[in-house]
Amino acid sequence: MRADAAPLPLKDRFSRGLDAPICLTWELTYACNLACVHCLSSSGRRDPGELSPLEARTVVDDLAAMQGFYVNIGGGEPMLRPDFFDLVGYAVDRGVGVKFSTNGTRITPARARRLAAMEYLDVQVSIDGATAATNDAVRGDGSFAAARRAMDNLAAAGFGAFKVSVVVTRHNVPELDALAALADSYGAQLRLTRLRPSGRGVDSWDELHPTAAQQRALYHWLSERPGILTGDSFFHLSALGEPLEGLNLCGAGRVVCLIDPVGDVYACPFVIDRQFLAGNVRDGGGFPAVWRTSALFSSLRQPQSAGACASCGSFDACRGGCMAAKFFTGLPLDGPDPECVHGHGEAALAARHERPHAALGHSRVGRDGAALPVPMPVRLRAPVRSGA
Amino acid sequence: MSVTDARSAAAFATDRAWRLNPQVALRDESFGALAYHYGNRRLVFLKSRTLVALVSSLAEYPSADDALVAHVRDGERRVYERALARLAAAEVIDAR
Repeated sequence: MRADAAPLPLKDRFSRGLDAPICLTWELTYACNLACVHCLSSSGRRDPGELSPLEARTVVDDLAAMQGFYVNIGGGEPMLRPDFFDLVGYAVDRGVGVKFSTNGTRITPARARRLAAMEYLDVQVSIDGATAATNDAVRGDGSFAAARRAMDNLAAAGFGAFKVSVVVTRHNVPELDALAALADSYGAQLRLTRLRPSGRGVDSWDELHPTAAQQRALYHWLSERPGILTGDSFFHLSALGEPLEGLNLCGAGRVVCLIDPVGDVYACPFVIDRQFLAGNVRDGGGFPAVWRTSALFSSLRQPQSAGACASCGSFDACRGGCMAAKFFTGLPLDGPDPECVHGHGEAALAARHERPHAALGHSRVGRDGAALPVPMPVRLRAPVRSGA
Repeated sequence: MSVTDARSAAAFATDRAWRLNPQVALRDESFGALAYHYGNRRLVFLKSRTLVALVSSLAEYPSADDALVAHVRDGERRVYERALARLAAAEVIDAR
């Protein structure tokens, strides 16, 4: 027996990568019946190169062999895949638990009962506001009512504690208490995640991302409510004081990655761009080989430069923030996060020369092949609070 | 996701017989192992190889005391006893 003298802190271990991811997102399809203005994957049209049911099962087999434990399924709208239930059942039967994100439009009473009958299955229904007005401005007309119907159906089917998943925006920060109350009313858990300027978010982030004052309010709100799930999303806010719950590090390529609908493996769900493409599950060796041997992931597992943040006293707390947020706002990766709580991001944004646009996308297109504009309502007044 | 958090560890007693919870799977990692609980879907980190060996073999001993004697040096016993108590609170191990 050997003594485990002065083991490396866990955070540093994680920075060097693990044998298998601990947070793997798998987007099953780019098809979506909504067109949210902040969609990370610019979803809409199904990609003809989508993994076949057999190829998808091979991915599950690989995850089971790696002891992946669980997978976060998303899209697009994953329930639009014809083999959705088959695939989820196949995963769960092999010890790969499933948590999936849905807009709820396909959760009929019958499907809710089917979901409730499955073990090791977790459902996240997405809404981006506590009112239809706030939500539908981002997710489209009728999407709030559809999500509420899905929640009603899950509750009636006895699903248990599902999750209500919210991307925090400038418009829904005033509704956080109402969102928590909404989740509570279903016995559900509230999950908040950070708005990234990825996918269609490239074009909506400027108008939607929370203000600096809202970020501080959010930090305190979360600090007082450790039961709120965040997917480790807001670690850039940990520079404000005591760290928030979670690992508080960028796990991209180290403990986190994304498999997209055509089998491409990216460093994280928020960087669907060739620069962060590690390989494809159709390559020889499948997903395990990409995870363990890709040049991109190997380089991410090396010590990273703190760059312009090296002299900042908060670097240990925020580690420079989110790689995707920097990349898609055109900031250097070894500099401050665009939402740096000390304001260094705002200065960097003002100084940048250009910003990249999301080159890869599956937004629905018009006859000329150009992406259709996603309606982005301009808000001229403060959101009406319910009960006012 | 949570590092083993010590809520009520009062239920853990070293003179009782314990085992790795059948709903928990361990995955070896360089620092020790990840433990995943399929029931409550929590991920817990076992931060040393010794702890992994101890937890994996609990079921072979009539009590946690006996397992500790077999796997842990005297000077480190309290550290591992506390680790087991945390794992009991997180339902990674359960009484048998």
